[in-house]
Amino acid sequence: MFENLPYPDLILWLLLAGLLLFGLMAVNALAAVYAERKISAFMQDRLGPMGQGAGFHAGKWGLLQTVADALKLILKEDIIPRAADRRLFIIAPYIIFIGAFIAISALPFSEYIQVIDINLGIFYLLAVCSLGVVGLITAGWASDNKWSLYGALRSAAQIVSYEIPAALSIIVVVMLTGTLDLQGIIRAQEGLIWGILPNWIIFNNPFTFLAFFIYFISGVAETNRTPFDIPEAESELVAGFHTEYSGMRWAFFFLSEYANMFIVCGIATVAFLGGWQSPVPGFLDSGGWGLFWFFAKLLSLIFVMIWFRWTFPRLRVDQLMGVAWKVLLPLALLNIFGVGLWSLYIG
Amino acid sequence: MGEAAFWFIVAVTLISALIVVSSRNLFYSAIALLFTFFGVAGLYIFLWADFLAGVQVLIYIGGILILILFGIMLTHKITSVDISHTSVQQGVGGIVVLLLFAALAWMIVRTPWLVAAAPEPPGTAGEIGKLLMTDYMLPFEVASVLLLGALLGAAVLSRKGN
Repeated sequence: MFENLPYPDLILWLLLAGLLLFGLMAVNALAAVYAERKISAFMQDRLGPMGQGAGFHAGKWGLLQTVADALKLILKEDIIPRAADRRLFIIAPYIIFIGAFIAISALPFSEYIQVIDINLGIFYLLAVCSLGVVGLITAGWASDNKWSLYGALRSAAQIVSYEIPAALSIIVVVMLTGTLDLQGIIRAQEGLIWGILPNWIIFNNPFTFLAFFIYFISGVAETNRTPFDIPEAESELVAGFHTEYSGMRWAFFFLSEYANMFIVCGIATVAFLGGWQSPVPGFLDSGGWGLFWFFAKLLSLIFVMIWFRWTFPRLRVDQLMGVAWKVLLPLALLNIFGVGLWSLYIG
Repeated sequence: MGEAAFWFIVAVTLISALIVVSSRNLFYSAIALLFTFFGVAGLYIFLWADFLAGVQVLIYIGGILILILFGIMLTHKITSVDISHTSVQQGVGGIVVLLLFAALAWMIVRTPWLVAAAPEPPGTAGEIGKLLMTDYMLPFEVASVLLLGALLGAAVLSRKGN
């Protein structure tokens, strides 16, 4: 939508879109942290942040808790260790952040709301995800700390390994829809299948049902969350690759981590759950409802991720690599064959 | 706007490429390579080769650059030894580079370039896919056999220790 605009307008539009996306990332992190605290508290029979007592407190039901956290992060002293490589130490959080930012700008929030609509869509999203790994290794190396270095190595190995089953299960979607364009993929999932289920890729056949789970598990692993949070295993590595970071620089890692959750769930929503399509065709599917359905699906997936974190114990390093290479990868390859045969003979 | 963006991308590509070859710190070179790869991807977009730009990011940044970074980090005693790479035989290297430059410049000047603006293709991914499945089927399959061989070879080599 931007190409035809004159020069000054274009820059204004791009700035506005960038600010909106940044706002989305910030609100996403604030809300997700609050949700994480509350959900974990309820799962452990606690109340979580409540903000009781007189004077300054964190609002009703602790709603302002994460706002206070954000303010604290902004005000914190910015420490760069003397032994660290200054330039790389400073640039690393921004490399990760930019990786998340340029990915989020391609997500289709509804039929009409999308910052950049590229016809490579899903391929672009998979490609720019690799930028985060570079930033992560840079952070670990520049810190000049053995915990950081180990954390960065583990994290990079994990993300690179899990990218493969994730990409292979997305190939299934591209095979069925015949397009890489995100809007095209969503449009291909219109209507009903067998008269009862929505025509989403996940319900298309048994293999795509499995592909969704392979993608989602790989996605959780790519965001370095429990049960795959070995890169920052507190009991072994202090905090992994961001051990030496504090204040705003650390906040950028944090922001990117939650943005990555958003992106992974966004891709899963678009590729398998029909994006902005209503679950019942014709029911609340016009105009702004697309936005509602997209966010409803995406936030439910984020809820599942939080649920995982407070339910499963952490895997060991060898188990983690075993799951990626010996379970998910063969299953994902099998899936491609399965979907090919299914669409030839049955579908 | 397009013009300014083009020169910006060219500047990023060239400056970062210069840092890649001139930096004494191996890690700095690798990070500068990130910007070079991104710049080249941007140049592909200016040539309407959008699929190639995506592949450039996926393979060169997501694969090769990370492999290089792993190589640097897994080098023995990486945290204690001051890693650097120095230039040797600068005289001979300089002459070779000058000759190469002259050859390339001659080629660029002599080639009759197509100056008429070609129409923008509607998207290259589908066309590339069709060509890979029809005209270039054999090279495509041979490349995948090669990759399979490399995969098996890596597995065999890494198991040798046990």
